[in-house]
Amino acid sequence: MLRLSDVVTHYGSLRALKGVSLEVHQGEIVCLLGGNASGKSTTMKTILGMVHPSAGRVEFEGERIDHLPTEEVVRRGISLVPEARRIFGRMTVWENLLMGSLVRRGAPAADVAQDLERAYALFPRLRERAQQLGGTLSGGEQQMLAIARALMARPRLLLMDEPSMGLAPALVDQVFDIIQTINGQGTTILVVEQNAAVALGIARRGYVLQNGRIVIHDTAETLLRADHIRRAYLGEN
Amino acid sequence: MDVLRILPQQLVFGLALGTVYGLIALGYTMVYGILFMINFAHGDVFMIGSYLGWGVLAALINAHVGLHPGWVVPLLLLVAMTGSGLLGAGLERFAYRPLYARGATRLGPLISAVGASIFLQNAVMLTQGARMKVYMTNLLFPRTWRVQVAGVNISVLVVVMMGVALLMMLGLHLLVQRTTLGRSIRAVAEDREMAAIMGVNVRRIIAITFFLGSALGGAAGVLVGLYYTQIDFFMGYSAGLKAFTAAVLGGIGNIRGAMLGGLVLGIVESLAVTFVNPAFKDVIAFLILILTLVFRPTGLLGESLPDWEKV
Repeated sequence: MLRLSDVVTHYGSLRALKGVSLEVHQGEIVCLLGGNASGKSTTMKTILGMVHPSAGRVEFEGERIDHLPTEEVVRRGISLVPEARRIFGRMTVWENLLMGSLVRRGAPAADVAQDLERAYALFPRLRERAQQLGGTLSGGEQQMLAIARALMARPRLLLMDEPSMGLAPALVDQVFDIIQTINGQGTTILVVEQNAAVALGIARRGYVLQNGRIVIHDTAETLLRADHIRRAYLGEN
Repeated sequence: MDVLRILPQQLVFGLALGTVYGLIALGYTMVYGILFMINFAHGDVFMIGSYLGWGVLAALINAHVGLHPGWVVPLLLLVAMTGSGLLGAGLERFAYRPLYARGATRLGPLISAVGASIFLQNAVMLTQGARMKVYMTNLLFPRTWRVQVAGVNISVLVVVMMGVALLMMLGLHLLVQRTTLGRSIRAVAEDREMAAIMGVNVRRIIAITFFLGSALGGAAGVLVGLYYTQIDFFMGYSAGLKAFTAAVLGGIGNIRGAMLGGLVLGIVESLAVTFVNPAFKDVIAFLILILTLVFRPTGLLGESLPDWEKV
């Protein structure tokens, strides 16, 4: 479904990605691990067309997307739950959700209403707060809103950038339960996480990024069990 | 007492002037809200709108058609708003975007705007002459057309002026708050990158914002032309500064703030004319600007001061 082949991305003269290749198949949850400055966020930005690679290719459903502007990439069916949520704080919860459905311009109002219902069913709290400004929500509620907003686009591929960051442990479990639910409903998911143990717990496969290169690629199970990986990349002693 | 007798008149006049300041201020504040730049050529976009309206009115008078404000005023507004709107969008495309799209500092587009302002003033001076043009307002609104509102005798023109300005503000408010386009504008103003991730074509939204703000400026140009009857190529300078003051007073970047700032400034000015000395009108307007900047730099409704870190 999504394939990156030898992608090289520069920020000015800095080579942030030095030939990244990875693949996400239909229906999977794939986890991208790595420490700070390993290139995780750059990978996300490259997929979304927020930066364009200087070499290599990004393909989505068989078509190259690496030259497209961001708004075109997302119209093809990729949504993002960004790092630090980044909801629109000066819009109501309801307006935030409508922003999510913007890529489906021209969709019948009934479809959008149905998507709203689905979002509210997944996160009942959002229905209660529909008319509240996004900025007044708690961190956990904002994360729910960010996920619901991304789902409003009916994405076929959902990118999640550090969904557990800044959340209390109980909320982290809740968020990952929801990620599994969304995946169960047919959405393919690529999740970038520092919290490797939790992420690998729900993923099928995992990639480990280091210094802009994929250094390890295996099934989630194997990654979770491999001692040297736990020590080196999962922050255990 | 004489002053008390003319006070209601002056207040009404201040309100009318204030709505027009507000209309111009909206252009500054919308552009600032979305691009964090002060469009110093906005006053000249307003001036061009005034000239466009004058041109249409003069042509109608030459054509000896029967003039009635019921259709002439909307026509003047339509032409001025379209022309000014396109001019504003053109400035963005050719004078500002080439700079900010290449990562120039914020000073770049600002200086470019000052240059555009000088260019527009001189272009009008060279093509239209430096002498003032006269709006033949009397042919549209005879001096005898006056109405009594709550015991105050005011001319129909002032009522129309205020009505048009308020209608436009209401229209803009509804557009920004209730429509998909308005949501996209607000999204770009709040977080441009995230708006793009939501599928918003950011460049298009910036161009539309310039068009809308400039169109409102063009409308104000027609209203000011009709009211003061004399216009010249330099009129955008002081009107632009006043409206900029109104925008800062209300809280730059805040749409409701621009409207409020315009009203406050208009009323304060007309009170100054009444109670102090007409010569001090501008002094008081800029005193307000200075006091605002010193004591409440975010403006009256400035709760939404942009996050400078994100820019």
